[in-house]
Amino acid sequence: MISAPDVVAFTKEEEYEEEPYNEPPLPEEYSVPLFPFASQGANPWSKLSGAKFSRDFILISEFSEQVGPQPLLTIPNDTKVFGTFDLNYFSLRIMSVDYQASFVGHPPGSAYPKLNFVEDSKVVLGDSKEGAFAYVHHLTLYDLEARGFVRPFCMAYISADQHKIMQQFQELSTEFSKASECLKTGNRKAFAGELEKKLKDLDYTRTVLHTETEIQKKANDKGFYSSQAIEKANELASVEKSIIEHQDLLKQIRSYPHRKLKGSAPYPGESEHTQDQASQAATTSNLDESADTDLYTCRPAYTPKLIKAKSTKCFDKKLKTLEELCDTEYFTQTLAQLSHIEHMFRGDLCYLLTSQIDRALLKQQHITNFLFEDFVEVDDRVAEKLESAPPRPGPGRPPSRSLEECPIPQVLISVGSYKSSVESVPIKMEQELGDEEYKEVEVTKMSSLDPQENLDYLDMDMKGSISSGESIEVLGTEKSAAVLPKSDSQASLTVPLSPQVVRSKAVSHRTISEDSIEVLSTCPSEALIPDDFKASYPSAINEEESYANDSDGAIHFRASVSPPELGEAEEGSLETPPSQIDTSCCIGKESDSLQVPLSPPAHTPLEQDGVVSIPPQRYRQKDQGFHVDFAVENASPSRDDSSEGFPADELDPDRLLASRDVSKTSLDACSDTASNMSSVTSTSSDRTPASAHSSGSSSERHKKRAGQNALKFIRQYPFAHPAIYSLLSGRTLVVLGEDEAIVRKLVTALSIFVPNHSRYAKPVKHWVSSPLHITDFQKWKLIGLQRVASPAGTTSLHALSRYSRYTSVLDLDNKALRCPLYRGALVPRLADHRTQIKRGSTYYLHVQTVLTELCSKAFLYTFCHHLHLPAHDQETLDVVASRQASFLKLTLGLVNEDVKVVQHLAELLKLRYTQEAPGTGRPMLRFDYVPSFLYKI
Amino acid sequence: MLRWLIGGGREPQGLAEKSPLQTIGEEQTQNPYTELLVLKAHHDIVRFLVQLDECRFASAGDDGIIVVWNAQTGEKLLELNGHTQKITALITFPSLEACEEKNQLILTASADRTVILWDCDTGRQVRKVSSFQSTVKCLIVLQRLDIWLSGGNDLCVWNQKLDLLCKTSHLSDTGISALIEIPKNCVVAAVGKELIIFRLVAPTEESVDWDILEIKRLLDHQDNILSMVNVNDVSFVTGSHVGEMIIWDILDWTVQACECNFWDPSPQLDTQQEIKLCQKPNDISIHHFTWDEENVFAAVGRGLYVYNLQTKRVIACQKSAHDSNVLHTAKLPNRQLVSCSEDGSVRIWELREKQQLAAEPVPTGFFNMWGFGRVNKQASQPVKKQQENAPSCSLELIGDLIGHSSSVEMFLYFEDHGLVTCSADHLIILWKNGERESGLRSLKLFQKLEENGDLYLDI
Repeated sequence: MISAPDVVAFTKEEEYEEEPYNEPPLPEEYSVPLFPFASQGANPWSKLSGAKFSRDFILISEFSEQVGPQPLLTIPNDTKVFGTFDLNYFSLRIMSVDYQASFVGHPPGSAYPKLNFVEDSKVVLGDSKEGAFAYVHHLTLYDLEARGFVRPFCMAYISADQHKIMQQFQELSTEFSKASECLKTGNRKAFAGELEKKLKDLDYTRTVLHTETEIQKKANDKGFYSSQAIEKANELASVEKSIIEHQDLLKQIRSYPHRKLKGSAPYPGESEHTQDQASQAATTSNLDESADTDLYTCRPAYTPKLIKAKSTKCFDKKLKTLEELCDTEYFTQTLAQLSHIEHMFRGDLCYLLTSQIDRALLKQQHITNFLFEDFVEVDDRVAEKLESAPPRPGPGRPPSRSLEECPIPQVLISVGSYKSSVESVPIKMEQELGDEEYKEVEVTKMSSLDPQENLDYLDMDMKGSISSGESIEVLGTEKSAAVLPKSDSQASLTVPLSPQVVRSKAVSHRTISEDSIEVLSTCPSEALIPDDFKASYPSAINEEESYANDSDGAIHFRASVSPPELGEAEEGSLETPPSQIDTSCCIGKESDSLQVPLSPPAHTPLEQDGVVSIPPQRYRQKDQGFHVDFAVENASPSRDDSSEGFPADELDPDRLLASRDVSKTSLDACSDTASNMSSVTSTSSDRTPASAHSSGSSSERHKKRAGQNALKFIRQYPFAHPAIYSLLSGRTLVVLGEDEAIVRKLVTALSIFVPNHSRYAKPVKHWVSSPLHITDFQKWKLIGLQRVASPAGTTSLHALSRYSRYTSVLDLDNKALRCPLYRGALVPRLADHRTQIKRGSTYYLHVQTVLTELCSKAFLYTFCHHLHLPAHDQETLDVVASRQASFLKLTLGLVNEDVKVVQHLAELLKLRYTQEAPGTGRPMLRFDYVPSFLYKI
Repeated sequence: MLRWLIGGGREPQGLAEKSPLQTIGEEQTQNPYTELLVLKAHHDIVRFLVQLDECRFASAGDDGIIVVWNAQTGEKLLELNGHTQKITALITFPSLEACEEKNQLILTASADRTVILWDCDTGRQVRKVSSFQSTVKCLIVLQRLDIWLSGGNDLCVWNQKLDLLCKTSHLSDTGISALIEIPKNCVVAAVGKELIIFRLVAPTEESVDWDILEIKRLLDHQDNILSMVNVNDVSFVTGSHVGEMIIWDILDWTVQACECNFWDPSPQLDTQQEIKLCQKPNDISIHHFTWDEENVFAAVGRGLYVYNLQTKRVIACQKSAHDSNVLHTAKLPNRQLVSCSEDGSVRIWELREKQQLAAEPVPTGFFNMWGFGRVNKQASQPVKKQQENAPSCSLELIGDLIGHSSSVEMFLYFEDHGLVTCSADHLIILWKNGERESGLRSLKLFQKLEENGDLYLDI
């Protein structure tokens, strides 16, 4: 850890009376301004106070064709979270800024309805009345029974902190894209299944109708057709037409993955990526396979039904739920991802930013960061993936696999681009059709963009944009960023463009009219539009071009239209003018559907009244499993009752300081009693299905607990310094005790001082009961040893005594320590028993800070050429040694035993740097022949 | 050590009370071995170590496998599997002249009554002989004659291609315990209490066959001969179970000197511990010899004795160098002596000339040795030894290596890589000079930096 966000809290405190001298006051520019509303007794950190909800949450809404915008579910699913916040109202708001051209219909010049694989749109909007700001991610799912086959949904991350949304825009966008991709993949699969069923129905219907027509034909010998027969023939014709259309749709939906494949082919990391995927959890891979197969195979169990000529009205039907639309598995995964997002963005913006900076800095320290950092591994893995992985999951794969390593789409919000769109105009969308020129920027490699850089861009955007209170402002759209290259030279051009962005050919100027919604920015929706897609609609992918070359697609049908005999054609191809189609109200709605997604909710048809709506409760119940942890945390017995309700939370400075983890305060409060602590831990251990996340969070908790216990150790034992010195200098510390829980707790606490040998495991053994052996000291640097009052125990102690030169022994039962003398200056700073730090996590960060400084010293020492190699041939080793000593002492300012700490870390660095492959380096046991002393309380 | 842990702890006297456990053994400023590497490959007692070249060695033991190691990195290079029972002898074998590639070969004998010739570069089993009547207990290569001898219950002579040239009759059921080469195409075999001298007859114009003839039996030892070494061009030394050390003339096989009262403690000088500790006959058996130009170093029971060949007397000794029998000793170039013992420790001694002479006169006596040492293993008390015309020396303990949990069977010294010890706890430990290793690692680091192009040297 580089920095300690907690420190931010200490803006101004009463001056300590015992302060020995008055420090000169800080220069004005460094002083933290007092909170302007401090006089009202408000907590300076309670930005949430204006909002009607206690903390950030995620809302999923749908623009129902029956009831208009409606909220479906929230994450976390706890009424306390959103409190009195009007979800219905907010759903209306967020759904009304959907810019997607998500319509299906007959495009001009095409005889068949086209599915548009619509990009998601990403918008930031603010509602100053509600005090809510939201990142809104619109997506469209397909539903055969829905109007225009589409169901618009949106996911919104709602926070009271506008800066948080803006600054985390890119991260939010990335994470929500994963969730959206997951939903859409499941939806494609479900949609294909629906189509297949429908086709079977139609086929069956056609057979029935055909038979009836034949019968009528035979019965009819008058040479002309009765009106009844003509009606039948028309009906048959419309069924035929319907079949063609459905087949066409099926073909389109199936062709989706292939197009994606083509699009992502240029990425060299593809194969590697796939291999990585194979190693993922079994459930996921099973899902992959099943998805691949299920998507294209018919379900044999299905028995076709006869379809009535006049099908039921759309509004009489119950619309599918989100879960039904997306296939339960995918739905569950999406929920997991969303709750992961919720966890990820918990807490103050300051905290989030600091930890991001933290991670970014840690990556730069790739040589030394293995020593004391324990989460580096995950980060690195993700980072590596980012470089190599294609930006999209492969064809036919559910996005679940991309939950972890889906690359961040490069969001570009240009400084100047939103100017044009600020004007308030009635909602309107100018579509610029496929002839839209776009610049071919050949960016084949996904450049890993520095997050800071992006933040800067986002930041620039925000300046001056939010000020305009009431009216809607579209501050920036991702689209405009996409056109940047051609427009003119802008600052943001220097940022490498990702291919996806460049490829989106459609440009739309979007604006909305006077309303209190501020659209702060939007960003490119779906990450990738392959080059071979010709955009005929804004934000949409036209399918036509690709299967024009197909031999057996629609062309085949068209060719077979020619035989004029009505009943003869086996293929059932009826030449019917498009205007006559009314087989199903869901097919061929070219005109209506064009407007529906764009129209404000007030325009929804009146017939929707009384129609069955989707009850959101259903999801809530399902959802609960994922969020039990939150509830438990709130109910944690150690918490003050007053803090149960959310208003109390705002007054709780701890909570507000680090609201990232709710259980923090409770853990700190009760960490003294091991049992209590463990109970809290066990209940609050993450139940979220996202395993990657849970590990991260548990390590957070682990750190806190370790920090707290380490703090206790330092205060309790006056000889903590030599013990910590032993750990830092690589001398194995054996913690001896009878009670396993106590020993384990202390070992865990002290493990924060143990340098790692590699990044895979800490050399810490929490509990052993067998006699120690020389190999144990080679392997472990901190051991919890059981003391047993039996002959076996004595041998164990004898073994310890035999190897006493390699170990320091901390006897918990006798409160004694035997270890070498320590007279340095480092450990007192690291472990001051008079420290003012009270909280475990703060202390942990303090330790990390000191250790990071230490690491950089070790790094300097290790990599200074002249310190280790003779400058010329005549120079003796003694000269080199004295140079080392003076460097350590004078340049690094180390005294006495501190030198050994740095030397030990330097050895670890050397080993790690020189070993060829991770894990091949043999750990050796290094030791000194120094006398030990016995410390006792 | 750690008395407070095991029980009977002392009363605390203060916070930073000086530990009673602080011993001289913990602060070893002269002990260079500050780094160790534990090598695990064997699953039974490791008894033999042999150096192959500057950076490789082979180990063998009761599990019947031979492992070839890199002495620098501790890397296990090869594992040679072929013997079904424990290894009883291990010796390096000169490269076959017929072979174009000069691979390092070793010869191993096992209790499964086979002898195998191995190629240590490829791990290949070059040849195998399994026509033995008894377990071969010692092997010797006579490079001058291009033959090698195996000693079990009889003595066999083999050529380089592992053809049996000739053999003796059955000598003893206990077998040959030691075998050395002496001039005039002779070898000495220690069989029980006897030393038997054989002469090898090379093929001549008259006879095409090799022959081995028993020439003489020497019966001066009272008990089984445990150790025998060829000290220099004029003498060889034998040691027996009851502590007799006899120096023989290498040419006429006569006794030059005999030292046989190592076990005789001087009652008036000893301490109580000495009485207590010197009871078992085992304590005076001579397990191992090592030598340099001037001295023979004998591991007698738990003690170490330095016998000067010129003055023909013991010039220094540590009666209780270890807690238990000393199994192996070696003289290091820098006047250091290393010993390992059944107590699981390895100790490093330095032979120092004593400046200050003892006050009391010491009775003369050719074979008498007077000395007293402190039994306390931590304390290295110089032996007071006084003779009119010879400098007295002392064995000063400068360090000990504790790592093995069971008896240390043997060790091997590498000039560049440190010490390798093998033990009954199945482990091999590589003891290294920590400072030097640190320097080497730095060197390696900068080499790698240079390879990676991260280092821009100013040339």
